[in-house]
Amino acid sequence: MPMLQPPPAKYGGRHTVTLIPGDGIGPELLNHVREVFRFSCVPVDFEVVHVNSALETEEDINNAITAIRRNGVALKGEQPLFLCASQTDTSLDLYANVMHCQSLPGVQTRHQNIDIMIIRENTEGEYSSLEHENVPGVVESLKIITRNNSLRIAEYAFRLAREKGRRRVTAVHKANIMKLGDGLFLQCCREVASGYPDITFDSMIVDNTTMQLVSKPQQFDVMVMPNLYGNVVSNVCAGLVGGPGLVPGANYGRDYAVFETATRNTGKSIADKNIANPTAMLLAGCMMLDHLKLHDHASSIRNAIFTTMNENRLHTADIGGQGTTSEVVQSVMRIIQSKGQLTAEF
Amino acid sequence: ISGVFWSFLNGRCVIFLAYLNIVCLCSASQMQTVTLIPGDGIGPEISVAVMKIFEAAKAPIQWEERNVTAIKGPGGKWMIPPDAKESMDKNKIGLKGPLKTPIAAGHPSMNLLLRKTFDLYANVRPCVSIEGYKTPYTDVNLVTIRENTEGEYSGIEHVIVDGVVQSIKLITEQASQRIAEYAFEYARNNQRASVTAVHKANIMRMSDGLFLRKCREAAEKHRDVKFTEMYLDTVCLNMVQDPTQFDVLVMPNLYGDILSDLCAGLIGGLGVTPSGNIGANGVAIFESVHGTAPDIAGKDMANPTALLLSAVMMLRHMGLHGHAKKIEAACFDTIRDEKVRTQDLGGNSKCSEFTDAICQRVRDMD
Repeated sequence: MPMLQPPPAKYGGRHTVTLIPGDGIGPELLNHVREVFRFSCVPVDFEVVHVNSALETEEDINNAITAIRRNGVALKGEQPLFLCASQTDTSLDLYANVMHCQSLPGVQTRHQNIDIMIIRENTEGEYSSLEHENVPGVVESLKIITRNNSLRIAEYAFRLAREKGRRRVTAVHKANIMKLGDGLFLQCCREVASGYPDITFDSMIVDNTTMQLVSKPQQFDVMVMPNLYGNVVSNVCAGLVGGPGLVPGANYGRDYAVFETATRNTGKSIADKNIANPTAMLLAGCMMLDHLKLHDHASSIRNAIFTTMNENRLHTADIGGQGTTSEVVQSVMRIIQSKGQLTAEF
Repeated sequence: ISGVFWSFLNGRCVIFLAYLNIVCLCSASQMQTVTLIPGDGIGPEISVAVMKIFEAAKAPIQWEERNVTAIKGPGGKWMIPPDAKESMDKNKIGLKGPLKTPIAAGHPSMNLLLRKTFDLYANVRPCVSIEGYKTPYTDVNLVTIRENTEGEYSGIEHVIVDGVVQSIKLITEQASQRIAEYAFEYARNNQRASVTAVHKANIMRMSDGLFLRKCREAAEKHRDVKFTEMYLDTVCLNMVQDPTQFDVLVMPNLYGDILSDLCAGLIGGLGVTPSGNIGANGVAIFESVHGTAPDIAGKDMANPTALLLSAVMMLRHMGLHGHAKKIEAACFDTIRDEKVRTQDLGGNSKCSEFTDAICQRVRDMD
């Protein structure tokens, strides 16, 4: 199964990307992303689709999904109700949620040297939304694991590991209790692993995994797991490297890709106060640029972000500093300019 | 006059003797019998350690040792030995070491059997940072209360068609109500300020929704305890950044499994974490949740801290707070002192040396 090919650039070498600002700090941060892109002369145009959670209708959601289908790539802020992950991810078949948690040198955390890639199956598992109440007071919720999807996500994980030169893939599961469901998932991972002898494969039970993550997170390399455990592990790892303001996330499907911050929090309380951390969204933008094969732009912005992170006085509140969002963004743009590349008016 | 004087004296004597009786009864608070299940692997050695420390502390506990290996009862159903069941039913309180779960032995795990036999519906794990055992997290002081009978661990799975498996997560009104009420009772009895329900009701609207509803209802009946709700992923995110914001957490089975182990990891792992299981009819079994460690069994290397702290939890449950405090303090002081620590805590003392150090401290406290 081929790795996703980005859509061909249209109209004079420029890509069009769907932008879904959403609620909370989404619009503010995405504006900053556009500012930085414009400044660095990134050949990307944004098609903005508004889905206001207060007035959201079936039609709005369909419009947004159509827009993503049209352009193939999207960058989105957080929406509490609309596109509640399962909905978009399933209708667009965005089966792989990928998160790269890396310790940033300038950020103080309890653990150092963390570099974990988390690949989470995004379409089935516990989030199948199949529930019923056959007898009053007794609710059954179905967790579905299929061979096809498990093979697909395992294949994706190993392919990505090889591409990025990673040495080890760990499958996270609870097959000692859910023998059939997680047992099937584990079996599929093993089958795929046999086709990649250069990569070490092991497995770990989810409760032990969380315990290991808070004591020795450096032991993990690439991790692959079903939906719910993926949610838990992603959030634990995001917390370990410094919080939701620092980690970007991506959702990949066969035909589409959607980029966002790794953890899905709307941040309503800090919206429009110029204190939100733009790092996660900017890095998500860089992931998107890499996806569009605009690697030079991606690297230049990413390096500028990392250099900015080394400056304590530019740290935003969530990582213990007092800097403002705009100060961080200005710094990023200043560093890009100083590297001598083509930039627009400051 | 002498007659009146004599009966007056008699009366006083009677009252004085009665007073003495009461005083005697109170100070020699009756010996309570507790069922002890040493377990496998390092189980027996750490059980001996705990018994020694309790003796040194003069705790009014009498131990009744029982073994729990699965036996096949009439009708072919696996069950625990009848004498063990009888003992637990009589004593109500039990202390258990680690039990091994043999693979492919034909019978379900012993822990599962115990859970089913005594309807152990609540798993309580207090996670408190141990001074002297450094982890990246300090000042952790929270309690996880996990529903232990249903949820994702109902064990109901089917293969729908080849390659498609369905696992059923069961949430019932009854179990959710029971665990929610227990959580608030626990908070009240242990002077905890707030209870947080952990859930994913935004995705699993009906099942976690039901659980949440029951928690809210229980909160209404316990207005003296603060109630909050938080999504599982948010809890995970915040827990690793600042665990001090959490107090009592109540949740269904799977989330509880993951979170309780995560919290154990924060304070230093399963070797130092106590755990208690509360069942119906007043039954309560306290246990260490680490494994049997067959590689160090019989070598006097084991760390009895987890079982000891579980026993302390047991004392508190029984209302023997004085003894609980004494033993706990002795244990923490010994660890903090750093002179006599078992290998897993970073020292190189034997289990017996560690135990003796605690016993000495306990005796010194009197």
